[in-house]
Order: sequence, then C-alpha cells, then structure tokens
Amino acid sequence: MKLDRLGTTALSAALVAGALGTAATAQDREFTIAVSIPAATHGWTGGVVYHAEQAEAQIEAAFPNVDVIVSTASSATAQVSALEDLSATNELDALVILPFTSEELTAPVETVAANGTFITVVDRGLSDDSIQDLYVAGDNIAVGANTAEWLVEQLGGEGQIVVLRGIPTVIDDERIQGFTEVIEQSDIEILDIQYANWNQDEAFTLMQDYLGKYPNIDAVWANDDDMLLGVLEAVDMAGRTDVQYALGGNGMKQVIEMVMAGDERTPISTPYPPSMIASAMYMTAAQFAGQAPMRGSFLLDAPLITPDNADQFYFPDSPF
Amino acid sequence: MSSADTTMAAPEGEGFRLRWADLAPFIALAVIVVIGALINSNFMAANNLLNVITRTAFIAIIGVGATFVIATGGLDLSIGSMLAFVVGIMIMSMNAMAPALGVWAIPAGAVVALIVGSLCGLLNGVIITVGKIEPFIVTLGTMGIFRAFITWMTDGGSLSIDNSLRGAYRPVYFGSLFGIPYPVVITIVVALIGAFVLYRTKYGRRVTAVGSNADVARFSGVHVGRVRTMAFVIQGFCVAVAAICYVPRLGAATPTTGQLWELQVITAVVIGGTLLRGGKAHIWGTVAGALILEVIANVMVLSDMVSEYLVAAVQGAIIIIAMLAHRFTSAR
Repeated sequence: MKLDRLGTTALSAALVAGALGTAATAQDREFTIAVSIPAATHGWTGGVVYHAEQAEAQIEAAFPNVDVIVSTASSATAQVSALEDLSATNELDALVILPFTSEELTAPVETVAANGTFITVVDRGLSDDSIQDLYVAGDNIAVGANTAEWLVEQLGGEGQIVVLRGIPTVIDDERIQGFTEVIEQSDIEILDIQYANWNQDEAFTLMQDYLGKYPNIDAVWANDDDMLLGVLEAVDMAGRTDVQYALGGNGMKQVIEMVMAGDERTPISTPYPPSMIASAMYMTAAQFAGQAPMRGSFLLDAPLITPDNADQFYFPDSPF
Repeated sequence: MSSADTTMAAPEGEGFRLRWADLAPFIALAVIVVIGALINSNFMAANNLLNVITRTAFIAIIGVGATFVIATGGLDLSIGSMLAFVVGIMIMSMNAMAPALGVWAIPAGAVVALIVGSLCGLLNGVIITVGKIEPFIVTLGTMGIFRAFITWMTDGGSLSIDNSLRGAYRPVYFGSLFGIPYPVVITIVVALIGAFVLYRTKYGRRVTAVGSNADVARFSGVHVGRVRTMAFVIQGFCVAVAAICYVPRLGAATPTTGQLWELQVITAVVIGGTLLRGGKAHIWGTVAGALILEVIANVMVLSDMVSEYLVAAVQGAIIIIAMLAHRFTSAR
C-alpha cells in the first residue's frame, strides 16, 4: 500500500503546484490517458474495473485538463482491436494497459508506443519490457510463498495438504511455484494439485472429490479467494474437522471479512489487489499533470492480511 | 420403458436393433462406474457416490429441457448464461422480499425464477419461430445478453443470498428425503414428467415429428412454430428448476456461474442417444449422459494416473470413444 501513498503524495504535490500557478505549462495543455483493461468477467477483473472507474472520476476531478478513457475488452483479440480504436480516434499521451496475455499484446502496444505515447504496463509484463515506461504489478510468487511460509509455521513443518489452482496462465504458475518451493523445504506433503479454473462451482466439486479421496487433510490452499468460498462450503457439508486451515489469496472482501472476524480456519489472506490499476493510473497522471517523474518498475508487496491490518485491504463498496 | 416408446416415435420401427442402441448410454455408464471402482476404492464409498449423483442434478435437469429443444431440431446455447441470469434474478427478488415475507421469500423467489426462466425460453422461441432465424444464432445472441446481464447485476463480483434465508434454504441442496438428496428427487420428478410429456402426449409425438421432418409435420396439420416455441419454454422452465437447486449450494451468483454448461448439457443429451439433428429423443439417456460426464470428472480426480495438465484431454477422448462405441452398436 506504500504505492498508493506515493500516488497520493504526488497528487497533492501537484495540486499545491497547480494552486500556486507554477504548473502553467501543464495547465495549458489537455492530456488524454487511455486505460485498457479486461472486462469484468470474474471477481478479480470485476475489482479492476471498479477501481479503474473510481480512479478515473477522482483523477478527472483533481486535474481538469486530464481526460481519462477507460476501455474494457473481453479477450486478447478484443483488446488489440480496442487499442487500435483508441489510438485511431484519440491523440494519446499515455496508455495504461493491463494486458490479457503478454505475447499477443506486445506488438500492438509497441505500435502505440511508436507514436510517442507514454506506456504504463500493469500486472502482466509484455514480452519486451523496453516498450514500457512504467511497470506496476503485484508479486504472484510472494502470494504463494508468503501463504506457504505461514502454513509451514502453523503446521509445525509437517502435515498433508491439497491445492486448487486456477486457469493455466503465468499468474497461476507463479503462485503455485512460489508456494511449492517453500513447501518442498518442509516435511509437508502436497497430496494433490488440480485445476478448478478460479471458479466457485468447480472448486466446490473438486474439494468434495479431494475429501472423498483423502481421509486426512490438514490444510487446503485455493490460490484465489473466489475458489476458497466453494472449498469452505464443501468442507462444511462433509463435516470434516481434520481440515485445520483453508486459505485463499487475492483479498476478496468476503474473505477479508472472515479474517477481520478472527475466523479460525481462515485467519489470513494475501493481497493481490485489483486496486493496483488505480495505483498505476495515479502514477501515470502524476507524470503529466504533476510533473513528477514516474518511470521504472514498481512491485506491490504481498504481505499477509491479518486481523490487525485487514481494514487497510477492505473496500466494502468494491464488487470484489 | 423409454426404449419401447422411442421405437414407437421413430419413423421406421426398427425394433430390436434400436433397443440395443438405446441401452448404450447405460452400458457406457456401467463400464465407467466399474473402471472407477477398480481405480480407487474410495469411488464406491456412499459419500462419494452421493456427491456425484447430487451434483449431476443441474446438468440432468437442464438436459431434460434440452432434449425437447434438440428433438425438435433446435439448439439452445444460452442455457448456461440463462441459468446465471435466473439465479441472479431469484437471489435479488428473495433478498428484496425477505424483510416482508421472512422465510416465505424462498418459495416466492422460486416462483419468480420459474416465471423468469419460462419467459427467457419464450423469448428464444419467439425470436426463432417468428423471426425465422437459426436457433444457433439466436441463442448465441441471448447467451451474450444473459451473461452480460448477470455481470452487470453483480458488478463483476458476486451476488449473495441474504443470511436470514441461507439457513432455511440450504437443505434444498444438502438435505435428503428418505436418504435421497433433494436435488436427486427433483431430477427424477423432472425426468418422469419429461418422459410422460414426450412419450405419452400428443405434444410429445409432435416434438419428434417436427424434428424428423418439419415439412411433413406441417402438411399433417402440426403448427411447427408453436411446437418449437413450446420446447424452448420447457427448456427455460427446466433451467429455472435447476436454478432453484443451484442457489442453496453456494448461495451466490457470479459472472462465471453456469459458464460452458451449455456444452456439457448438449454433450449429455447427445451421449444419451438423442439425435443432434432432431427427430429422436431419449430422456433417460440424457440423465445417463449427465451421470457419465460427472463420473468421468470424479474418476479423473480420484485417479493419480493422469497429469493435471492432461485431464481435459482424457475426458474428451473418453466421450469420443463412448460415442464411437454407440455408433458401432447401433449400426450392427
């Protein structure tokens, strides 16, 4: 969350500068920032759309000379088309993009960059990172590793666990990699890892099957909170008391509420906050309206969400 | 019983040969169950079997409706999205009625669901028959529309049922009647009614008549458009029944609810022996087809033989092999 603070600082600095009239050059020009993100097809991207729209309204209110255009796309191909449309119909000063896939979006973003547009890449990196001016992302390996470290400590370094993974993507691979690397150094045995496609229903049936297959499961890790809700339902239905911990990740608000309430089975979560799109938009706006140089790579940490800090990760109005 | 009736409805009564073919989905199911039992002893555990049969309810119930649509020569791609949409409307209306009606909001919400589901089906049917557009295109369109609506209703997140209703509603999925889980009871009732309508009523005979040759049916005085539209209404109604069983399970609707279920349902119907081009319907075969799909998925998780990356490939191969076996038994 230190990044959000960075963004706000830049913002207030810009406001002060604007009030004193020293930012005259910035005020004279209109800036257009395009934001291209995936459509709200599941919980996490729903959160991305929500935070992007919030940030759009806030940035436009703070800087009247900045115009933010948010565009959602339902697939990689649709996102490529959206980029073409955006750059054909607008003079883009900056593009904030959360690419669907790294490989497919690299060349189209490069074309936009060739016109002198400032490029901010969020979450998924492009295949060629020389294209981007600014990179903002969460740390998927840390999401897996931090959860695993906590689990190893709680289980005293031994036990039997099962894992539910998402849709075959880099994000999923990195989380699983971070998790298994830590687990392998302990005596904890991973009984099974299967795909449940970040879907509550599939997680429910998969967990039922796990419970049928293994008489003893000490803990379960679903690498996304959406799936965790399905897992909990299956465990409750089976009435299994051997499952001491059921953990997720991503910081979905229902799960944060459980953490806040001090749930014994789900006492922690790890953030992979969809609000990172807002962090990226603020930083990009600062580059133009605030004359605060914003180039480089910013990796949002994935600290454990515990009852003590849960309120910092809780957005009751967000759909996620 | 169903096999005899189907022969009756088939254009040329091919007697014994067809009966063998009609048994194929049940034989396939038996083979897969035996394989499952051999692979992992936990497969035959009462709990596991109950879980699998119970979760089959959704695909089987929707499949009964899809059998009608496909038998008339139609196709409905919108069912997965329609389920999500109906679930969303149902949760919203239950939550809205909860303060006034208390627990009675649940049956009231269920009635709303049945009405909305039937209307969604009617919408599909009317556009197809009055507009004279291919069912594939129309339902592809409504698939997108329903999916967008549920995404909009949930803001891309999730829509949960009121906590005061959750406890009272849960037994509809998790409870049981004489040891048989309610979703299974509901599936059997829906399939019985479906079989009765399809095999014992004038409307049922018209369904297969329209599917095997629409022109001949029209010349013999059957109102083809009305029969087809009614099939889509039945489909919508069945989707709503599935929604009523679905909500108590997770208590929420999300934009991924029911995603790709249309493909599972169509697969179940076709594995069950209903012809994709229409004219031949097999309600109990559809139920068997739905069971086959869920059992295969269950066996894949229970077995350790296949890498998690290849599970979908094995499932696909098993379905194709089952269909090939079906083809060879019916051609003989």
